[in-house]
Amino acid sequence: MKNTLLATKRLALSESGFVFDPVSGQSFSVNDTGLVILRLAQHQDDIEQLIEQLLEQFDASSVEIKRDVQDFIHRLQGFLK
Amino acid sequence: MSITVAVTGMNARADNPGPGLAIARCLKESATPMRVVGLGYEALDPALYHRGFVDRGYLLPYPSHGEDALLARIIELHEREKFEVLIPCLDAEMQSFARLAPTLLGMGIRTFVPNSHQLALRSKDRLPELAKEIGVASPKTQAIYQANFFHSCKTEDWQYPLMVKGLFYDAKLAYNADEAVAAFHRIAGEWGVPVLAQSWIGGEEINLAGVGDGEGGLAGAVMMKKRALTDKGKGWAGISIHDDELLAAAHRFCAVTKWRGGLELEMLRDTQGGLHLIEINPRFPAWIYLSAGVGCNLPELLVRLALGQKLVPTAPTPAGVLFIRYAEEAIVSLADFENITVWGETLRTEGAFA
Repeated sequence: MKNTLLATKRLALSESGFVFDPVSGQSFSVNDTGLVILRLAQHQDDIEQLIEQLLEQFDASSVEIKRDVQDFIHRLQGFLK
Repeated sequence: MSITVAVTGMNARADNPGPGLAIARCLKESATPMRVVGLGYEALDPALYHRGFVDRGYLLPYPSHGEDALLARIIELHEREKFEVLIPCLDAEMQSFARLAPTLLGMGIRTFVPNSHQLALRSKDRLPELAKEIGVASPKTQAIYQANFFHSCKTEDWQYPLMVKGLFYDAKLAYNADEAVAAFHRIAGEWGVPVLAQSWIGGEEINLAGVGDGEGGLAGAVMMKKRALTDKGKGWAGISIHDDELLAAAHRFCAVTKWRGGLELEMLRDTQGGLHLIEINPRFPAWIYLSAGVGCNLPELLVRLALGQKLVPTAPTPAGVLFIRYAEEAIVSLADFENITVWGETLRTEGAFA
């Protein structure tokens, strides 16, 4: 999970949510929430701090946000090999 | 003043194109004006007729006619066209051009090709040995002379699926012994033996095209991930990438072999992130036009090296530039078709049918 978080730093992100990985050559799209997570992740190495930043932006419990972030990062792994 | 460059590999067929047309296109877009002479083997090699990229087209004798016939034809064409550089780009002809390179140089035709020893080092049946030397993994590979191997190979620690490959061309993923035997006979029938068995590794293929400067350096490189394949598994669309490990492997390959000329590294990144060397082609790939597309025109670089010109270090190429191929019909007059079929050249006469 830590490695995936590090790998987000290399991603090219567009306003539309189109994402390109310059290392794997993979591209995919994320929704608005996914884009917020990726933008924060590009400046954050610690997943707990990332979750705290998301807590400030979204009206959801820390349990929900933690679960969603873990799920999101897990799915992201498939694209960033 | 333009430079006359002869380029082979005019077989720009839609499902499995030779690299010649893409090389010609790169040369036409280079900073120095270039006149491109296309050298094909068949009257229906499409690139012979592409007037935008290929100024004149000629047929060469088939490789089975031997090197003397090939040399005689090149001497004949050189008298008329005055080639300054010749870029061979088909696997099956590389050994011949490697052997002929000193003779061609004596005639004033510069090539920038690996020698026979370098070609042998990257031969598919010696890949694991070379991979070890350049510090990357590679799938288990074995030269196979008898189809029976595929029925007994499980006892020798092989598993299905596995790849069945020709020494020069062609590859088939076989899921069982019957498929492997069928692939063996088809490939052996077309390209001869040995046929290679290679263990299959799941993952994503990534490729690098480059030019070795002959002194252990990599003069330029472009990396690409295929995004769409033809039925024959050839790239139909791809996107430029930047992978430091792949680039480092290419640098090590050039350092170890002192590679001279165009090359393509085919690597596979497995699901755990490991890098495996699948194949090294001793020439530019058919997707080489992407190099011009990302601002690192590798065929132009090769011509400059062949002419002994000083190179400016190439800038890193951008990732995220996509190529997509399309098929296009060339309209050919009966006179042109007659000229190629009867005389082995385009534009010899205006034609009896004009």
